[in-house]
Amino acid sequence: MRPTDTSDPAYFHKVVDCQWACPAHTPVPEYIRLIAQGRYTDAYLINWESNVFPGILGRTCDRPCEPACRRGRVEEKPVAICRLKRVAADNRGVIDHLIPQAPARNGKRVALIGAGPASLTVARDLLPLGYDCVLIERDRKAGGLMRKNIPSFRLPVAVLDEETGRILDMGATARFGEEVTSMKALLDEGFDAVFVGTGAPRGKDLSIPGRAEASENIHIGTDFLSSVSFRHIETIGKRVVVIGGGNTAMDCCRTALRLGADSVTVTVRSPRADMKASPWEIEDAEREGIPILDNHSPKEFRLENGKLTAVVFEKMRAEYDDSGKRRLIPTGESDVVIPCDDVLMAVGQDMAFPWIERDIGIAFDAREQPVVGKVDFQSTRPGVFFGGDAAWGPENIIWAVAHGHQAAISIDRFCQGQDVMDRPAPATTLISQKMGIHEWSYDNDPTQVRRLNVPHADPALALRDLSMEVELGFDAAQALLEARRCLNCDIQTVFSTNLCIECDGCVDICPVDCITFTQNADEPDLREMLRVPAHNTEQDLYVSEALPTARVMVKDEDVCLHCGLCAERCPTGAWDMQKFLYNEAHSSPAIQAPERKQHVA
Amino acid sequence: MTHIVKPQFRHPRLATNSQGLTRRDYEGVISTLCAGCGHDSVTAAIVEACFELELPAHRVAKMSGIGCSSKTTNYFLNHSHGFNTVHGRMPSVATGANLANRDLTYLGVSGDGDTASIGMGQFVHAVRRRVNMLYICENNGTYGLTKGQFSATNDRASKNRKGLDTPFDSIDLCNMAIELGAGFVARSFSGDKAQLVPLIKAGIRYKGFALIDVISPCVTFNNHATSTKSYEYVRDHNHMIGRVDLVPAAEEIEADYAPGTATDVTLHDGSQMRFAKLDETYDPTDRETALPALERYRNRGEVATGLLYLDAREADLHDLIGTPEQPLNEISEAELCPGSGPLASINAAHR
Repeated sequence: MRPTDTSDPAYFHKVVDCQWACPAHTPVPEYIRLIAQGRYTDAYLINWESNVFPGILGRTCDRPCEPACRRGRVEEKPVAICRLKRVAADNRGVIDHLIPQAPARNGKRVALIGAGPASLTVARDLLPLGYDCVLIERDRKAGGLMRKNIPSFRLPVAVLDEETGRILDMGATARFGEEVTSMKALLDEGFDAVFVGTGAPRGKDLSIPGRAEASENIHIGTDFLSSVSFRHIETIGKRVVVIGGGNTAMDCCRTALRLGADSVTVTVRSPRADMKASPWEIEDAEREGIPILDNHSPKEFRLENGKLTAVVFEKMRAEYDDSGKRRLIPTGESDVVIPCDDVLMAVGQDMAFPWIERDIGIAFDAREQPVVGKVDFQSTRPGVFFGGDAAWGPENIIWAVAHGHQAAISIDRFCQGQDVMDRPAPATTLISQKMGIHEWSYDNDPTQVRRLNVPHADPALALRDLSMEVELGFDAAQALLEARRCLNCDIQTVFSTNLCIECDGCVDICPVDCITFTQNADEPDLREMLRVPAHNTEQDLYVSEALPTARVMVKDEDVCLHCGLCAERCPTGAWDMQKFLYNEAHSSPAIQAPERKQHVA
Repeated sequence: MTHIVKPQFRHPRLATNSQGLTRRDYEGVISTLCAGCGHDSVTAAIVEACFELELPAHRVAKMSGIGCSSKTTNYFLNHSHGFNTVHGRMPSVATGANLANRDLTYLGVSGDGDTASIGMGQFVHAVRRRVNMLYICENNGTYGLTKGQFSATNDRASKNRKGLDTPFDSIDLCNMAIELGAGFVARSFSGDKAQLVPLIKAGIRYKGFALIDVISPCVTFNNHATSTKSYEYVRDHNHMIGRVDLVPAAEEIEADYAPGTATDVTLHDGSQMRFAKLDETYDPTDRETALPALERYRNRGEVATGLLYLDAREADLHDLIGTPEQPLNEISEAELCPGSGPLASINAAHR
């Protein structure tokens, strides 16, 4: 293999698995260390800069970081990154004076359609540059799906209001309660750029017998959740069936329980393992006593005297062909009849753009999806940008934020007459953490503590109250224990070939046998030649230049604990522990680094 | 030295041996030696060898004296027996322990000071008595624990860190051991585990006195450009006379040497030792030619490594003096104290 090029920021970035997996590339280990030090405000600001909604995401994020977390490969479970983020949000101090203020307007007006996470992120990034950001939203409040589709027992309204309000307070122009019905008309208003962040608001339907006749008692999941959120629905039948296996279905069933249903049943067409919902959301629903029946495909809505009485299901089994493609096949068992009063259907969402004329230069593909650039988020009409679920279909909040940041860069460059494809580089630093002979500026002693469970509210109370938050969050002591589980993967093991005397000290001390000195070979062979063969090909090998004995140093990044013992054992400093800080480029200037002083509780 | 305890986490796919143990189960506490010390590599080689030999750790006795090297018995096999003796007195204690319980595996770790200076009188008698043990001398040519004076194994050609010469000739432990009747004598280098680990395995399996003199650089006091026991010097002047592989009785030998160059030796426990010559002129089974050959390498400033001498007629102290087959602690009281009848007959024989 060729020597690893560590000057490419992607190499060390990839070692920080959580940050690499995060669509917004939040510097996770950096803020977790701050939480461990009790510096909650600093931790919050790092998050705010990168993902805009730390309090919201600390409760609702889909957490792509956690399955990626190296800790999950070293022991059983990853660090509870998401819940630590919430700790920062719950315990931070006043930050108003640290938030960038909008300067004098620069004369450019940008329309942001839909006031969900994508548009709000664009506004957050463009307001400090002097743009007039006009948020146009059908509802009367900002938040989009965060407000309408996430029940308040998971996300308290106060948290939502605060974090969306902060952006509005930066000087956004709000045109709320106004629905855009014609893109052409909007463009005629003469905006310098338009951003479409309208999400994927249309819940999918099922056309099976009885659907039309029973429509009074069949509700589309997302519509149901927003009606509950705006208090248009306050009761539900005693027996409820939820159809669907995604996170919306999980929110629907738990909401139904709180509206007074006696029995709620979730049914999923596919096997449980294929359910789209996040494992922890399935867990939360089951903890509240909701049964989840998999392999149940809805066949018919049964009515008596014109009123819905039951749903009929056909039992299915999954078959996978060689390419892994799934087919659901009826098992032939007798149908399952589940009596019910109401049905909630959460079987997916679509984008909907009936309000965009098709003759104004915004191209749509065969599936009626807008054609959007993967890098610049621009449609085929210059100056019109898409982001969030409106770009490529349903994802989640953190993706909408990531899109928002990128779209803001494009809009800024577009409005300034620059090439939108010319993207700013990330800011990276790589700094030695050595403080003394065997002292490092980070906690290099990995704790054996196992993942902590977040305490929950008393279910006897929580199940009766739609707005009572179920998760209570970690307290400071729990947060410290959990934060210490972080392996500090951003503290990189940096190797200098010219200093190595090949004494093997690092090989001998490494607790997880990451390091091997060996003859060089092609990557597949080299992976087999290591002290423990490196079978996780998603993790890179760090290969040095040739050493005096013609061998190379090969480090398998897979399960490195970042404990620094290789550097402590190295007599010549050929190994050093260096902090790699990767900050994704944003259009807005970085907020002032907070003063480095100890937080006083 | 490191301030943290070595993390308990291990690689999730770390191999286990027939004892159900991983390599890490043969470790001891974390080393407090200088970073980069050759002795830590020898420790790692011992750990590897014991793992590969699938030794039950509780059947091993670790013996050592005083010095940097003698501290290292704390860094491996922390489920084994151990005796850290007075300076240079490890051979006596090992002899006594071996006489009392011949069934344990005796692993002695010493250094050039503990062996060639204060312990010389002890060392030579353990050799000539053929105590069944592996004696590893971690040889760095310097008194590291007292900050870098020349030791008795320091070569005339080797200057100290400040450029001063030694006025005295050096002691070659291997030559001496061959002369005194050691059956297994090897020299190796801490920086070459591919050579060292099989030698340790073979030395443990050998019945009789086995010596491995391991050049183990002192990274703090004797790793400079004018030292003959530095990483760089040994790598540049290493003359490998042969390679040794040890194959347990049950396994087949996987030969990867050119035909005609390898010799198989069956050890007393049935395991096969394969010796491959890399130097055609050297015969490690012939004491008469081996000793002068070693002298020639030494005069040329070369460090001859590998198995230097092997006496395939394995015999140890117990064979020489005819002790009982079983360990003393397993001899029953009835056997040890046969009663007044036999006593009377012994007394009668002396009248």
